[in-house]
Amino acid sequence: MADRKALQTEMISGHSGSSAGHGMQRDLEVCKLVDTTTCIGCKACEVACMEWNDLPFSATTFDNTYQTMPETRWDFWNLIKFNEHQNPDGTIQWLMRKDQCMHCADPGCLAACPADGAIVKYANGIVDFNQENCIGCEFCVSGCPFNIPRFNPETKRVYKCTLCSDRVGEGLEPACIKACPTGCLKFGSKDDMKFIAEERAKQLRDNFGWQNAGVYDPQSVGGTHVIYVLHDATDPERYGGLPKNPQIPWTYTVWKWLFKPVLGAFALFGAVGILFHHAINGPRVAQPEPPKKDGTNPNVNA
Amino acid sequence: MSTPSAVERFDDKARQSFESVGHTTVYRGELLRHPVYTRVLHWTVALFFFLALFTGFALYLPWLFRWITPIFGGGQLTRTLHPYFGVAFVFFFAFQVLNWIEPMLWTAADSRWMRNIKRITTGEEKMDSPETGFFNAGQKLLFWEVVVGCVLYIITGTILWAGARTFGATAVAISYVVHDISAIVMLGGIFIHIYQSTIGEPGTFEAMIRGAVSEAWAWTFHPAWYKQVTGRDPQQAYEEARRQMNSGSKP
Repeated sequence: MADRKALQTEMISGHSGSSAGHGMQRDLEVCKLVDTTTCIGCKACEVACMEWNDLPFSATTFDNTYQTMPETRWDFWNLIKFNEHQNPDGTIQWLMRKDQCMHCADPGCLAACPADGAIVKYANGIVDFNQENCIGCEFCVSGCPFNIPRFNPETKRVYKCTLCSDRVGEGLEPACIKACPTGCLKFGSKDDMKFIAEERAKQLRDNFGWQNAGVYDPQSVGGTHVIYVLHDATDPERYGGLPKNPQIPWTYTVWKWLFKPVLGAFALFGAVGILFHHAINGPRVAQPEPPKKDGTNPNVNA
Repeated sequence: MSTPSAVERFDDKARQSFESVGHTTVYRGELLRHPVYTRVLHWTVALFFFLALFTGFALYLPWLFRWITPIFGGGQLTRTLHPYFGVAFVFFFAFQVLNWIEPMLWTAADSRWMRNIKRITTGEEKMDSPETGFFNAGQKLLFWEVVVGCVLYIITGTILWAGARTFGATAVAISYVVHDISAIVMLGGIFIHIYQSTIGEPGTFEAMIRGAVSEAWAWTFHPAWYKQVTGRDPQQAYEEARRQMNSGSKP
C-alpha cells in the first residue's frame, strides 16, 4: 500500500496543475469483515494468528463451551467467543464471534496512553502497539471499551492484535483472513467491506428471516476497522459481550488534550511567578536587618 | 539545648535516640528549631517525594520528560518504581504527621493570619503577627494539603497500581485525573515551600539543615513561639536589638 502511494505522482515538472489521475486512488482505509452468521467456530484463525505472530503456545482453559479460553491473553490475540443463546421462541442458537482488537477510528487506548509513540494509528486505520515505547502503565486497558489490551507482567508491556500490519503493509491480507475456510472473514477497503456487509445483512433480512440483521460498526468510537454482520444488530451484547454503545471514558479525552498541558504549563509558570515575586518584593528578612555593606542602615526609617 | 520543646512529640524515645546519632549545635543568640529526628524525617520524605515526582513527571508528560526515564532504567522500570517511591513517601510522611500533628492544628489565629496574607506576601508587614506560633498558617496549609494529597494518592494510586483488570475502567479513568490534579496542587505547594524556606525568608533553611535559628529569625517570623521558648516579649526583644544596632552603627 505504502509503496503504491509512494509511486503515485502528484505533480510533474513542465505540466500545469496536478498530474492526470492524481487523487483518484481509492480510499486506503482497510477493514476486516466478520460475518458471524457463517462462522463455524473451526478456530483456524486462532491458529493462524499464533503462527504468523510467532506467539508462544501456552495451556488453554476448557470451560465447557466451544471456546478455547475465557478471554484473550497477551499471547493469544484472536479468540472465537461462543455463546449458546436462547431465542424467545425456545430455539437455541450457537453464536460465534471472532474477538480481537476492533481498530477504532477513535481509539480509546491511544487517548489513554501517556507514553510517546507507544500506540500508533496508521492512515490505513490500523491501530498498533509499539512495545518499544510502552511503559506498561496499563492505562490503555481502562481506555479500551472492548477490553482488548493485555499486559504481560514479565516484559511489562501491553500486547494485542496488530491486524497483521506487517502483512497489510506488503499488500497481503491478515493471517486470520487467509486461514478462514468459510469466507466468513473478508478483508479489503472500508468502503468495500461496508458495502458487502450491508448487502449480506439485507440478504439475511430479506431471504433468511433475520428481521434485525445488521452491521456492527459503532459510531460512538468513530467506526471501527473490524466490522461484524450480526443476526440481531439490536443486541450485540449476546455475542460474547460486544458493547452496544462503546464509549471512551471522558476523563481521557478531556483531560489528556486540554487540562494536562494547561495544568503542566500552570505549574511551570507558577515557578516563574515565584521568581517574579522575589524580584518585586525581595526577601522577608529577620528584623532588625543588619546594616548594609555601603553603611546604610535599613532600620533607621523603619 | 535546654530549650523546652514547644511541641510534645508522640515519640520521645525515637527523638532521643536520633539525638545520639546526630546532634544540633545551638550557638549563642540562637534557638533550637528542629531536632535531628524531625530533620531526618523531613529529608527522607523530601527524597522520596522527589523520586516519586520525577518518575511521575516521566509518566505524566513523556514527550516533555522522557529524558528522565533513562535515569531510572527506562520507561517500564520508571513505571514500576514510581508506586514504591510513592508508598515510601507516604510512609515516612505518616511519621512526620505524628511528629507534627499538635503544632499543625488549625487555630482562630491562623484564620486571622490567612485574612492578612496579602500584607505578608507583599512584605508590607516585616514582623509576623504576634500570635504566630511554631508554625504559621501558610505552613499549616501546606502540611494539611500534603496530608489530603497523601490520602488521595493512596486511594487513587492503589487503583492505578492494580489496574483496570481489578478495579474496572471507570475507576482507573477517574483515579488517573485525581492523582494528577493532586500531584500538581502539591507541586505548586512545594514550589512555594522551597522558595519561602530558601531565598524567600533567609535563615529558614538553616532550621532544617542545622536545626537552629537566630533569635531575630524567631521573633520576626514566629513571635509567639519565641515568647514560649525564651519567656521574653518578641516586640521588646526586637526594639532592643534595633536600638543596639542603631547606636552601634552610628560612629
